[in-house]
Amino acid sequence: MAHEKAPAPWSAPGTAPANGQAQPHYLRPLLHTPFFEASRPWIQTDSFIAWAGYLTPDVYSYVEQEYFAIRNSCALFDLTPMVKYRISGPDAERYLNRMVTGNISKLAIDRVLYTLWCDDAGYVVDDGTVFRLGPQEFRVCCQDRQLDWFLDCAFGFDVQVAEVTADIAALALQGPTAFAVLQAAGFSGLEALVAMGISRHAYDGYEVLISRTGFTGDLGYEVWVAPQHAAALWNTLMQAGANRGITPMGYQALEMARIEAGFILPGVDFISCAQTLRLGRESTPWELNLDWTVALDKGHFNGRRALLESKTRGVRRKLVGLELDGNKPAHGALVYADVGNNVQVGEITSALWSPTLKRNIAIARIDAPHCDSPASFWVDLYLHRELQWERRNVRSWIVPRPFYAPARRRAMPPPLR
Amino acid sequence: MSTAYDAIVIGAGHNGLLCALDLARAGRRVLLLEAADQVGGAATTRSFAPGFQVSACAHLLHGLPQSLAQELNLSAHGLRFAATQLSTYALDPAGGAIRLAGTQASGPGLGAGDVAAYASLRTRMGRYAGVFATLFSMTPPRLSLKGWRERWDMLRLALRLRLLGTAPMRELLRIAGMNAYDLLDDNLHSPLLKGALAFDATLGADYGPRAPSTVLSWLHRLAGEQQAGTLGLAQPQGGMGALCDALAKACRAAGVEIRLQTRVARIAVKDDHASGVVLADGHTVAAPVVVSSAALRATLLGMLGIEHLDAGCVRRVRNFRSRGLVAKLHLALRGTPVFKGVDAAALAGRLLISPSMDYLEQAFNPSKYREIPEHPALEITLPSVNDPTLAPAGQHVLSALVQFVPYDLGPDPQAAKARLLANTMATLEQYAPGISDLVVASELLTPADLERAFGLEGGHWHQGGMTFDQFFVNRPVALSHQYRSPLPGLYLCGAASHPGGGVSGWAGRNAAREVLKDGVRHGA
Repeated sequence: MAHEKAPAPWSAPGTAPANGQAQPHYLRPLLHTPFFEASRPWIQTDSFIAWAGYLTPDVYSYVEQEYFAIRNSCALFDLTPMVKYRISGPDAERYLNRMVTGNISKLAIDRVLYTLWCDDAGYVVDDGTVFRLGPQEFRVCCQDRQLDWFLDCAFGFDVQVAEVTADIAALALQGPTAFAVLQAAGFSGLEALVAMGISRHAYDGYEVLISRTGFTGDLGYEVWVAPQHAAALWNTLMQAGANRGITPMGYQALEMARIEAGFILPGVDFISCAQTLRLGRESTPWELNLDWTVALDKGHFNGRRALLESKTRGVRRKLVGLELDGNKPAHGALVYADVGNNVQVGEITSALWSPTLKRNIAIARIDAPHCDSPASFWVDLYLHRELQWERRNVRSWIVPRPFYAPARRRAMPPPLR
Repeated sequence: MSTAYDAIVIGAGHNGLLCALDLARAGRRVLLLEAADQVGGAATTRSFAPGFQVSACAHLLHGLPQSLAQELNLSAHGLRFAATQLSTYALDPAGGAIRLAGTQASGPGLGAGDVAAYASLRTRMGRYAGVFATLFSMTPPRLSLKGWRERWDMLRLALRLRLLGTAPMRELLRIAGMNAYDLLDDNLHSPLLKGALAFDATLGADYGPRAPSTVLSWLHRLAGEQQAGTLGLAQPQGGMGALCDALAKACRAAGVEIRLQTRVARIAVKDDHASGVVLADGHTVAAPVVVSSAALRATLLGMLGIEHLDAGCVRRVRNFRSRGLVAKLHLALRGTPVFKGVDAAALAGRLLISPSMDYLEQAFNPSKYREIPEHPALEITLPSVNDPTLAPAGQHVLSALVQFVPYDLGPDPQAAKARLLANTMATLEQYAPGISDLVVASELLTPADLERAFGLEGGHWHQGGMTFDQFFVNRPVALSHQYRSPLPGLYLCGAASHPGGGVSGWAGRNAAREVLKDGVRHGA
């Protein structure tokens, strides 16, 4: 029996391997985004990750350089793999209002809302952003695919739910010069665009949608086009940004920025209740410290009654911001109430030594009642130093999130640099 | 907020009536709303041909608790029984029948071994049914067992189970989830006897005797019979409607206001709490408590509305299985039919056409493919034999349950219905030659017709299948809240709630108890 020859690992999908035979698609299940070819020349490390079924750069060249571009000039990030749904129809608003915790009836056209959605028990299924594109049209962006849940919620509503992840190409342009770059590229009127706002542009014969949104906590925009215009958009922005420090960035740099911004990630800082196996690992919005995203006064929505009840019951733990002594990020470390490490009160879910703040920061799950305590905690840290593990007890305390929130992220008009 | 009523009960079937009655007896001001022009729901009597009256849906009482009839003094409200302790006759296609009365089986062709084995099996099943009967008056507990009553109930259940003795308890736990076919085959020989018992195990179910949970539905039926005490299988004078008429009289005496021909369009909601009902004519009636005996989906997805429910709850409610497979045949007969080899006394009883378990299984099989059985299984009663008021003198009414008839009759329901009638008549003719010539008028109600006429969702006899996954704490659906709907102030008291179908009234009474426990009483 002839064995199928495994493809050379460096051959791109859709290209013929050396033996000239077409590759079966299932041997390379990861997709390329529509920006892949255009961004190829900037990819120096060949360091990729699989993200929601796509192959995307983890690092283009140097993570530090990409990170500092976010904070000092601007960075360009391919966010096409982010899962996107189109929600449309006469009942679209009612449907979303029943599904998510935020108040969609207060969401104006061309505005974006960060929200959560919960199951019947009031546990968070996922978080994401809802873009209102029209009276009856919305786009929901989130981390995980959940068409089954969205369709379950659709029963009884005159609404269409469609996954459009592959139908929309998107770039995030984040950093102090992001506005300047877009203006230089010829997108006009953005000076009037407020944070969480959307503007539409007819550009060079194609449609571009720009939202003042992002995952970095900085001044930034997300730019949305049809896939066939992706390459043109990439090149346009890279050219316009050439003198403004534009730098393509990968996932790692974004991860650093999002921790500084205090944003949380499903699967990292909390587990979707659709994925927990062990009892008690789910989270309520109260436990994620996202009380502000829950509009209890908007009428009924999924999990509302359970949320009212859990509010009176109190939280089991809370997701909080921590600052630690020293400069070693405390990835996955356990948090104790006492220096002797006898009473564990939580664990760290995301950690970073912030290059901008010069502070050692972390997001952590801390058990009640310690999660409201002004007292110090002790983090049990293991450091690998010159091939030797060293154990440290590092002092830590709760600090407000976001850790880093420059005024320019919401400034009107946005600064040029 | 001051309202004229403390509670509104939707639907004046036996569960709705009993719920209203218990609430009124506890001092609540109760309004009972019924869409039809008479009370009774699926337990009504009506005319289907000039001079001929019939129990339009359910036609025998097999689980009305004797204690209930006594406690409510229903005889003072006009309830009489035309017959009690009816025997069952398993008709032999060759003529004759096996008579079943309690633990006694008798008849030609029944070996001494089977007589003894039946007595033994029936006695054992009776003891197991006694355990199940303790569940009926219970509110299904939460796993966390909150409060003394839930703990006491579970203790009582455990005790009943334990008091069976070690071996019987083990045997009950072994057989409770299994299928009737194997259980009966393990114990008995006579195909006719097994066919009849398997019929009881699948009556009203949406599966044949080989399906798991058929022993459960048999136990459920036997538990009901046990509660009926000396009533046994009973036929109210004037048909099943007479029971509900008596309950309605008791209700009115207790102060319940009953409005007929009053359809509820939707349940009014204020501040996430039931605040009354909006009638089909647009009027609103306010009350802090609304209790619905209507079917599950009609209540929650129809009258309440999806926007007041969580998506997971909606999914469970949508998936509540209520595939009814029972059709109802009414014949007006100009004379007394003669069943081959069966004496006239048997006509007062309950006649079964289910000559073997394989016959029954084969009657079930076509329903899986939305087809009509060639040889349906039947439960036949001639109510006018015990109650001559139902038919003109010398003439008779035949009322039969016909199994297994699919809800969806395919592209041409009329043709399918005509075929079903022809097949049913041919089957009857085989056992009662010449019966066709006696027919003056006939009426055949398919599951879809029963749904239209009585609001039985999916045409299901019990508003929803009685299987383990829809039983006790899982009835109507998992995460049910003890007769409370997810909306505060709205309760469910129909057969879709525990303990399910059979005209026993427990769902209504248990729900009333929970309403009273919550003590909501904003009125006055």
